Amino acid sequence: MKPAPFEYHAPDSLEQALDLMSQHAGEGKILAGGQSLVPAMNFRVAQPSVLIDLNRVGELSYIREADNAMSIGAMTRERHLEFDSSVAKRIPLLTEVMPFIAHPQIRNRGTVGGSIVNADPAAELPVLMLALSARLKARNASGERWIAAQDFFVGMFTTALEPDEILVEIELPFMPSRTGWSFMEVAPRAGDYALMGVAALVTMDENGKCKQVKLVYLNAGEGPMEAKEAAKLLQGENLNDKLIESAALLASEKEITPFGNIHTSSEFQRHLAKALTKNTLKQALQRAESNLQ
Amino acid sequence: MTQSFHVTITVNEKEYKREVEPRLLLSDFLRHELGLTGTHVGCEHGVCGACTILFDGESMRSCLIFAVQADGHQITTVEGLAKDKDNLHPLQQSFWEAHGLQCGYCTPGILMTLIPFLKQNPNPSEDEIRHALSGNLCRCTGYQHIVDAVKLAAEKMK
Repeated sequence: MKPAPFEYHAPDSLEQALDLMSQHAGEGKILAGGQSLVPAMNFRVAQPSVLIDLNRVGELSYIREADNAMSIGAMTRERHLEFDSSVAKRIPLLTEVMPFIAHPQIRNRGTVGGSIVNADPAAELPVLMLALSARLKARNASGERWIAAQDFFVGMFTTALEPDEILVEIELPFMPSRTGWSFMEVAPRAGDYALMGVAALVTMDENGKCKQVKLVYLNAGEGPMEAKEAAKLLQGENLNDKLIESAALLASEKEITPFGNIHTSSEFQRHLAKALTKNTLKQALQRAESNLQ
Repeated sequence: MTQSFHVTITVNEKEYKREVEPRLLLSDFLRHELGLTGTHVGCEHGVCGACTILFDGESMRSCLIFAVQADGHQITTVEGLAKDKDNLHPLQQSFWEAHGLQCGYCTPGILMTLIPFLKQNPNPSEDEIRHALSGNLCRCTGYQHIVDAVKLAAEKMK
């Protein structure tokens, strides 16, 4: 239960960190909050040969409000996001989900960027990146590029980042007006990995018809899983229980691919997904309608 | 080649200077290098909460931080709570009076979780107390007396 030896670097600027990443491309591993990496190292499941610690890179920790979006530095602690008043106002779904992530002691250390790059299919933040149409800014020593959330998560614990790239910023558009939101998950105990979880967003048009729906699932496949067909079924309609039932059936039976694990069968995960889809859609709809006035 | 780093870490307001290998966990640094064995080690992968300490005033798992990362930071452990054995911190006194521990293994981690919690939330509801304790496992008490102890501590600390 002790980590294998590694070479350690603690740069105090992003520039130094990027240089180190290009020197050690392929073996350099970023240490962000360490709340997933260090357990894996203690078990020796992970044995990185070079660790590049970003905890002294203060320039990567910020939450800024721009005209239409929030910009969040990748090293921002999850706990800071949880209590940020601009986030609560502009992206209330995010504020509502933060307490579901592990425990306060973990969120005090864990970072937003770290959880996203870890790309655990059972984690909450990757699901929110898809649900909220985030853009992710990656940098290496020679430049930067933006990656849409839907292109970022490419598989189990795998992202579109190149070996020398660092995720530096997350850009989240404000939630549109006339939008309702909901997040629900089922976990054996508070703070444990959830067996199933769903984020739902419903945007209405001026006439009270459903304009846009987002449904994204955790622990439902290789990465955060979006149910696009179920969403299409609802868009342009006056939502009712029957439509919601059909969408929940479609999403849970046809669109997600849960594997099951020692705590649950994949059948039970589908059962949960169906129930949670209905409940989240109803809550999101209710909140969207109360936002119409 | 094993790297070694010189660190200066303030623990319970006392400054310590040591040489550390980067893979040394903060929990092991506190226990083995400084002899502060009040910080307990349970699971060593961030699940049990026994090793919770304060890092610059915020509760964190010391088994998920390397000692080298604490260079220049302020750490508080359970040893930093009471002046001496006759002057317990009101939170410790409440655990004593309300029978908030049996074997005591989880207690230091629970106390260090609750210090910032009660500071941020001096009048917690039972629900909030249970949520605050979600990251600390206790296999003896069934939690009921721990919750009672927290309520008592909140009264005492008003």
